[in-house]
Amino acid sequence: MSKTEVKQALGSGVVIEAVQSLTGAESIAPDHMGRSRESAVGYIPRDITLEPTLLRQIEVLLAQQAVMLDAKRWSQWMEMFTEDGVYWMPAAPEQSDWASQPSIFAEDKLLMEVRANRLVHPNAWSQAAQWATHHLLGATLIEQANPTSLSTYTPFQMMEVRRDKVRHFGGSYRHNWVLQGGQWKILFQRVDMFNAQASYDYVIQAWI
Amino acid sequence: MPTIDLDHLVQPDRVHRSVYTDPEIFDLEMEQIFEAAWVYCGHESQVKEPGQFQTLQIGRQPMVMVRAKDGQIHVLYNRCPHRGVQLCGSHSGNTGSGFVCPYHAWSFHLDGKVRAIPLIQGYEGTNLNTEDPNFSMARAARVDNYRGFVFASLSAQGPSLIEFLGDAKVAFDDMCDRSPVGEVEVVPVCHRVVQQSNWKFFMENQLDALHPSVTHQSTGVSARRVENQIKKTQGSAPLHYHYLSTFASSFDQWDSVQTVNFPHGHGILKAYMGLRPTDPDTLEHEAQLRLAYGEEKAEEYLSRSIHHVLIYPYLSVQSPLQQIRCLRPLGPDKTLSEIWHFRLKGAPEAIYRRAMWYFNLVNSPATMINADDLENWTRAQNGLMSKANDWVSFHRNMGGDTERDGVLYSNNGTSEVVMRNQFKAWRNYMAPAYAKVTVTVTTD
Repeated sequence: MSKTEVKQALGSGVVIEAVQSLTGAESIAPDHMGRSRESAVGYIPRDITLEPTLLRQIEVLLAQQAVMLDAKRWSQWMEMFTEDGVYWMPAAPEQSDWASQPSIFAEDKLLMEVRANRLVHPNAWSQAAQWATHHLLGATLIEQANPTSLSTYTPFQMMEVRRDKVRHFGGSYRHNWVLQGGQWKILFQRVDMFNAQASYDYVIQAWI
Repeated sequence: MPTIDLDHLVQPDRVHRSVYTDPEIFDLEMEQIFEAAWVYCGHESQVKEPGQFQTLQIGRQPMVMVRAKDGQIHVLYNRCPHRGVQLCGSHSGNTGSGFVCPYHAWSFHLDGKVRAIPLIQGYEGTNLNTEDPNFSMARAARVDNYRGFVFASLSAQGPSLIEFLGDAKVAFDDMCDRSPVGEVEVVPVCHRVVQQSNWKFFMENQLDALHPSVTHQSTGVSARRVENQIKKTQGSAPLHYHYLSTFASSFDQWDSVQTVNFPHGHGILKAYMGLRPTDPDTLEHEAQLRLAYGEEKAEEYLSRSIHHVLIYPYLSVQSPLQQIRCLRPLGPDKTLSEIWHFRLKGAPEAIYRRAMWYFNLVNSPATMINADDLENWTRAQNGLMSKANDWVSFHRNMGGDTERDGVLYSNNGTSEVVMRNQFKAWRNYMAPAYAKVTVTVTTD
């Protein structure tokens, strides 16, 4: 019997032909934040055309910087900065001043020295576990160039293993370089992590 | 099947390892402690405008703190009464004039009362009644505010907020009184760090004066070397080197820093960093406070000897530097801390920046201090899985502390009175559960 009823039920139906309202569920007042989103976010780097040798020179320096971090050559890494150089990782992308806004890293060369010395101290207990990082850099864009100063933008990814866990960080570097004694040195390095505001399982021990 | 014997688990000078590792004990802690006590939700400046909200966890309960049109702050369960969907899907934001469920468009006023249900005629003749609170967003049983800091309790019974805080309310006084207008305002950056260990390790560690020179030796020593180098060339070094270098003080120095231990497990580690330098910024700030409060009060406010105040079981308040760390336990071996910084309204910018250095160097996710704390607690959590020894020892200076009016003062800074006092509170919270629940853990 039920077979017939099911057959009957399936034998008729409605077709929603015309949309009655343009907003869909008209009972939802569109006044809460979720209904108007920013159409675009983030920093859009510029790219200026330059002679390829200069770009190559900077790419090599960036690659070396990543290698120094992965190889835990802290003092060589620090030597890439000018004496007044700063490494800054803001807590949020909209931040613009390392000295007045709370940061994840905000270190001049002296504070870098504190961190570097800590990492090699025999009683840096957190360093007992196996710990290594691996950096991968994307294509560098030169944003600004003068005879003695440059600004570059470089995307990066970094994986870290600690004990038996792997973490993944990513984002972009914005370097300000100055020419000192024929060498390009880092005056300011801004590191924007795309996951800066996500929760951290454990902390970050060294520069990313 | 062995049952829990509270007298056996928590003894005056030692506790059983299962209180850190056992999932059933953790569940009972959530029910008896976190879902009963007054829990910090956030600062009122996080929800300035009507509709602004902040989500948070109280025990295992997803909650939302929200500002209503009349200015009142409500703390609601973040759950649609229809099918259980969370109404707020982000940490913070503005929900407009009410909440709307993304599943079936049930909507609610900012005080949680149901506002509209689509095709309401579908409920005619059913047991659904919109006047029944079961069909509105449920509210925390009690919400209260102390000097702008909002707390909620999911239990209608128990002490009032002021009674719960007791003398530990000085945490918020010490923060706010440093502002010439008596108020602080949140800095809208929240660092969130997860530790792979039990929440109690954090709480014990905060007032544990024996650990800094051991755990933080590497950072303290490195900072001191640079601090001395700067002093040699410039005469004086910025205060933030001192923040780090004092961690590596000698055992004897740490033993001289007193702890004060209150009922309900709260406590204070007294000051040791000497945060009253005589530079022009500090003098300007002090002059502001004297003008606002008079000589005597200003001096009282500036000379309180506090490094940080612990509100048991989840909050560490570093009042002289206006930062807090709030624990949200996620499991017996997993704890989230939410780390916030506040500005002293009306105080000089330089005072904010000085405190910000502590936030950056000690409390950020790149902290050179907690790197080693979290390592210790992970190893403790793993070590306590060992059957070799069921006990955690709190024997140091047992019987050597002074009790006055229910407050325990350590005569030695490194006394484990801190942990003994916290477990006294833990026992009080947990005792009613043991009258009615049988839990299976192996005890000897």
